Amino acid sequence: MSAAPPSVLTEGLTKIFGRFTAVDHIDLSIATGEVMGFIGPNGAGKSTTIRMLCGLLRPSAGRAVVAGFDVARKPEAVRAHIGYMSQKFSLYGDLTVRENLRFFGGLYSVRQSEMAERMRFAITMAGLEGRENALVNTLAGGWKQRLALGCAILHRPPVLFLDEPTSGVEPEARRRFWDLIHDLAAGGVTILVSTHYMDEAEYCNRVALIDRGRLAAIGTPSELRGHALGGALFELACSPLGAALAALHRAPGVIEANVFGDRLHVLLADASAAASLHTLLAAANVRAEAPRPIAPSLEDAFVRLVTRTRRPEAAS
Amino acid sequence: MSLRRVLALGFKEFLQVWRDPRSLAVALLMPLMQMVLLGYGVSLDIRRVPLCVQDQENSTESRALVEDFVASGWFAITRTLPDNAAVRTAMDREQCIGALVIPVDFSRVLAATGQAPVQSIFDATDTNTTNIAIGYAEGVISLATADFAARWEAAHGTRPTRVGVVDFEPRVWFNEGLDSKNFIIPGVVAVILALVGAQLTSLTISREWERGTMEQLISTPVQPIELMLGKLVPYFAIGLFDAAFCLAAAIFWFRVPFLGSIVTLALTTSLFTFVVLGIGYLISVRIRSQIGASQVALVLTMLPTTLLSGYTFPIDQMPAAIRALTFIVYPRYYVSILRAVFLKGSGVAELAFPMLALTLYAVFIIWVAARAFRKSLD
Repeated sequence: MSAAPPSVLTEGLTKIFGRFTAVDHIDLSIATGEVMGFIGPNGAGKSTTIRMLCGLLRPSAGRAVVAGFDVARKPEAVRAHIGYMSQKFSLYGDLTVRENLRFFGGLYSVRQSEMAERMRFAITMAGLEGRENALVNTLAGGWKQRLALGCAILHRPPVLFLDEPTSGVEPEARRRFWDLIHDLAAGGVTILVSTHYMDEAEYCNRVALIDRGRLAAIGTPSELRGHALGGALFELACSPLGAALAALHRAPGVIEANVFGDRLHVLLADASAAASLHTLLAAANVRAEAPRPIAPSLEDAFVRLVTRTRRPEAAS
Repeated sequence: MSLRRVLALGFKEFLQVWRDPRSLAVALLMPLMQMVLLGYGVSLDIRRVPLCVQDQENSTESRALVEDFVASGWFAITRTLPDNAAVRTAMDREQCIGALVIPVDFSRVLAATGQAPVQSIFDATDTNTTNIAIGYAEGVISLATADFAARWEAAHGTRPTRVGVVDFEPRVWFNEGLDSKNFIIPGVVAVILALVGAQLTSLTISREWERGTMEQLISTPVQPIELMLGKLVPYFAIGLFDAAFCLAAAIFWFRVPFLGSIVTLALTTSLFTFVVLGIGYLISVRIRSQIGASQVALVLTMLPTTLLSGYTFPIDQMPAAIRALTFIVYPRYYVSILRAVFLKGSGVAELAFPMLALTLYAVFIIWVAARAFRKSLD
């Protein structure tokens, strides 16, 4: 699409701890100004990947280029061009808001002439006006997270790595945090953000699903929703559910049928087969209403994708 | 290297120490306590040595000799005993560590020949104390002898042919008490700085690991050497404050004569403080838990410093192998510098060797520190 080189590029990026492969040949390409979501269960390798991209862990194989610098060969140049928020809150609790900002501004060599303006910006952005001299330990979670983001962007980094920045933060503060992320992206900052909240994936331009160290799928939320399932999803109100499930599992054209609450979710290879479901179920003595097409949630898509990618392993 | 980053780190570290009462206590109270404990506790001064007397004659002359012992201030007569068995019992009960035995014919022999033996018996289980007490006893007796010789000369017109209650040995033992304090207190200052300094910095890196702040810190462009220098800045100030306090106590409280220059003292003390803090920092880099780092710092500095720095046990008298080992015990250089500056008034020129040794140490520490700290979570 664009001739501009990607802000973040990984090729076969791999990290092995002893006999455990935490990250297994991940290929990623994130364009400038893109918000890329990193989704996956705990221990899937999201943090390890981000740490390699920050130059905190050495890749065991493959390579990664961030803001034009190879993370293994020029880690210091990478560090000067990124902002990073680690998974665990890691500002200094015994320092005030202003002292933390001044400290990181110093480490990032923010120009003295710019420092006051950048600090004001970070404080406003984080909504910390009036709390500049409060010890960070005394702040609530949402404020801490926004301050951490403020510290990470003092030096205007072109690339931002946020490792589960909203975990443990209340919903209102989470929404506010995502507003900040979009503001930054609108300003041209490339952002890789990991989360285990599925709803947050919807806020991303693209989403990468990581499972067991592998890239299970990548695409826009709607792409993933549409293609990931490999079929059309219908909701079916019927009874009894057991008999209906048994009948559907035998039926041709049905990829999957699962119980969702008091209804069934049925995945069909072809949407036109929905009309024939009624006859099929009637033959099995099941009373059913007309199947209703539903848009799959991202969660549906991820469950489906993860089961699909894991299946070959399970078979072997 | 960026001065900006060094100062940012230094200021942050200063704020953290300032707001942490425990760090402040270690920084400021530990030297005070150690100065009191070591300054008073470790002393080769021995006063009022408990002494028993077995005066078999009880004459004017013999009582005068006993009186000389008491008047010297070094001895206190705790018992007057009838026989040797009683002396043995008194020593067993620790009622005295020495006994003065004056024979029954003391004054008669003295008057006839100008020379009479007296016996002193000492409990040598504590050889150090005993050696010093024997020295004191010899001193008292040689004074008594000089006094007797003068009286003999006045009475006989000639000096006695064989002078002395015992053989006269011209030792300056009487200065010993004074000397030992002057000798030891500068060493105490060096030991305290070595212990406190390493403790101060030994926690600085492990604290960041334990609080989880290290991951954020190493994601910035900060360089290992900047991290070390920045971290040392506030502790250097604290270390110099502690040093000034201990040195002032040595001069004004313990009254150790100070013949050298303040500039030489400040220069050498700064150098030593840097080395000491650097050692603590290296320990901190290597050991990621605060408790572990503190323990290692204590063990690594306490034993070599107290045993091998020469502050109480003279290096000259150590076996050759141990003496060679003392060359890597950095406090030994500062001990010898302080003694020379205090007691001899030595300047930089005379102190070239120990200062060079400390400088090499400083360079070595910077070199290792720049490599030992890896900005990595691997």
